[in-house]
Amino acid sequence: MINRRDFLKNTAKGIAGIALPLAAFEIVNPRKLFADKSDTSKVRWVFVVDTYKCVGCGMCVKACKKENEIPYDANVTRTWVERYVMTKDGKTFADTPKGARDGFITSKIDLGLGKFQDIKKEDIEKAFFVPKLCNQCENPPCVQVCPVGATYQAPDGVVLVDRDWCIGCGYCIMGCPYGVRFFHPVYHTAEKCNFCYHRITRGLKTACVQACPFGARQIGNIKDPEDPVTKIIRSERVGILKEEFGTKPQVFYLGLDREVK
Amino acid sequence: MVHGEFWTIKELFVYPNEYIYWSVQIVMYPFMTGLVAGAFVLSSLYHVFGIKQLREMARFALVFSFALLFVAPMPIVLHLQHPLRGINVFMTPHFTSAIAAFGIVFSTYGAIVASELWFLYRRHFVELALPLKEKQDKGLMEWFRYLVFCALTLGVYDISEETLKSDEKAIKILAAIGIPVACFLHGYAGFIFGSVKANALWMTPLMPVIFIMSAIVSGIALCMLTYIITMELRKWLSIRGKSATQRFQSKEELAGVEVSVIRMTARYLLMFLVLAITLELLDLIFRGYTAVKSWDVLRSVIYGKDFIDIFILQYGIGNLIPFIIFLLPGLTIRRAVLGVCLVIFGVFMMRWNVVIGGQAFSLSFAGYMHYHLPIVPHDWDTFKEGLGGALLIGLMPFPLFWLISRIFPVFNVKESH
Repeated sequence: MINRRDFLKNTAKGIAGIALPLAAFEIVNPRKLFADKSDTSKVRWVFVVDTYKCVGCGMCVKACKKENEIPYDANVTRTWVERYVMTKDGKTFADTPKGARDGFITSKIDLGLGKFQDIKKEDIEKAFFVPKLCNQCENPPCVQVCPVGATYQAPDGVVLVDRDWCIGCGYCIMGCPYGVRFFHPVYHTAEKCNFCYHRITRGLKTACVQACPFGARQIGNIKDPEDPVTKIIRSERVGILKEEFGTKPQVFYLGLDREVK
Repeated sequence: MVHGEFWTIKELFVYPNEYIYWSVQIVMYPFMTGLVAGAFVLSSLYHVFGIKQLREMARFALVFSFALLFVAPMPIVLHLQHPLRGINVFMTPHFTSAIAAFGIVFSTYGAIVASELWFLYRRHFVELALPLKEKQDKGLMEWFRYLVFCALTLGVYDISEETLKSDEKAIKILAAIGIPVACFLHGYAGFIFGSVKANALWMTPLMPVIFIMSAIVSGIALCMLTYIITMELRKWLSIRGKSATQRFQSKEELAGVEVSVIRMTARYLLMFLVLAITLELLDLIFRGYTAVKSWDVLRSVIYGKDFIDIFILQYGIGNLIPFIIFLLPGLTIRRAVLGVCLVIFGVFMMRWNVVIGGQAFSLSFAGYMHYHLPIVPHDWDTFKEGLGGALLIGLMPFPLFWLISRIFPVFNVKESH
C-alpha cells in the first residue's frame, strides 16, 4: 500500500515529468522563433488595379492560368475581369464569360442559362472593366475558418494554401466574401491567387502584372515608401472592395464605381 | 469538371469561381447531428427531470442516439475532397475555426453517451456474463458472447443494491451533463453556418439556437417513429405467440402502452416545435424589417426562387400540418406516424433551405445559383454528393441500431436502477 508521502512525491515527479516535454513545445514554437529572427517583416505585398486602364483583353487571366497551372479549360480561375455596363434607363449589367480568359469578344452580356442581352451602343450610359484577384486581406476570414491551419498568412501578408494539408472541406471557400477561392480540379484542394508567390519572392512581377499590356495591374511593397505602388495608394483616391466585411483587403482600386459588386 | 459545376446552374451575374460547394451531404450533416442531440435530450427528460411517462422511451432514445452518433460524422467524411486527411482536424486543430472543435465536442459527447449506456446496462451485462462464465462446455457462439459481455462489464461484477443505487446516481449526473453537451454539439453545428460573415443568409446569432430547437424536434420525432415501428413489430410478434417471455403479453396491453407513451412524447414535440418556428420567423421578420444591403437578393430567394421549398414544404407541410395533427385531441398511432414523418421532413427541408438556400444567390448579390441534386451517378463524386449518398447516410442508423440493440436491448431489460 502506498503511503501518503510517497503518493504525493510520485505525483509531483509525474507532473514534472509530463510538464517538461510539454514545455519543449512552447520552446520550439515555430512562430515565435520566426518572430525572433525577423522582428517586423520589411515587406507587405499590396496590389493596385487601375480600372481606367483596363480594356478587358483577358491577357492577365490567360497568363495566370498558364503560370499557376490551373487547367486552361476548367471554369475556375485565380483572377478574372468583370465587365459592367450601365444603361441610360438606370439598369446595371455585369458579366465575366469564362472569367474573361478570352477577353470580351462580343458586346452581348452573358445572363447565364444560355441567355445573352445585346445592348445598343446609344443606350449605354457608361461601361468599364474591373479585374479581380485575391485581396490578401489583412484580416483574412479564410484563414480564420480553416479547421486544420492549411491556409495561413505569410509575414509579408500573402495568404497561402498548403496543398499537402488541406482536407478539402470548403469552409474557406464559403468564408471568402470575394469568391476568389475554388477547388483545384487536379489537386482537389482549396486554391486561390497568391500574388504569384513563387515569383514575387524572387524579385519578379506577378504573371498578370507582366502580361497586362496597359499597366492596369501593379504589385508593390507598401512598407517601402519609395515604391511607386505605395505612392499611388498614398496620393491617389483609391477604393477597396466590400469594406463592410471588415476583412481589410489589400488590393486597391482606382476608379471604383458604386455598382461594382 | 470542376467540383460543384455538375450540379450548379448559374443565372445572371455570378463570380466565375462560385459553385454550390456545400451540397446534400452538408444538408445531411446537421440533420443527422440534430437527430443525435434530439434523441439524447429526449432520454434525459426522464433521467434528469424524472418525467416518469417517458421511462419506456428514454432507454430507447439513448440507444438510438448512440447508433446515430456513429452516422453523424459520415456526411462530413463523404463531403471532404480528401477524406483520408480528415484526421488532420485532430492532429492540428486550428481553433479559430468552428469546425476545428468538432473532434473535441464530438468525442466528449460520445464518451458521455457511452458511459451513460454502460451504467444503464451494467447489470444486464453482469447477469449475462456470470452464467456463461460458470458454464463448462461452451459452444463457439457462447464463447463469443461470453468474451463480449465479460469485456463490457469492464471487470465489475458487483450488482448489489448499493452499487446499483450509485449507478443510478451516475446516470443522472451523466444525463445532466449530457444535455448542455448535446445542445453544444448541435448549437455548434449551427455556429458553423451562423458565423460565416460572407453568407448573408447564414450570418445570424440566432442560427445555433434555431438549430438546437429544430434538432430536438427532429430527434423526438424520429424516436417516436422508430418506437412505433418496434412496438408494431412486437404486437405482430405477440399475435404470432413468439414472445412468451415478454413483459407485455397481449396485443391490447402493448397498444395501450404505445398510445400513452406517444401522446406524452408528442406534447414535448409540440413544445419544441413552437419554439423552433418562433425563432425562425423572428429571424425572417428581423431580416425584412432591417432590410440591409443583402435583403434585396435574399427577398428574391426567400419569396421567389425558394418559395415552394420554404413556405410550402418546410413551413406548410413540415410544420403547420403536423402542428394541427398533434393539437387535435385523441391522437391515434396512425395520425402520429403521419405527423412525425412530416415533422422529420420539415426539419430536413429546414436544413436544406439553410444550406442550399444559402448558396442560391451569388456573393455579388446580382445573380443566382440553382442546385440540381444528382440522381443517377456517373462517378464517385456525383454518387456521394447525390441522392445515393444522402440515402446511404439516411438509412445507415437503422441497421446500426439493430446491431447495437443486440448488445443493448431496448425492451424487457431489468433496470440497473
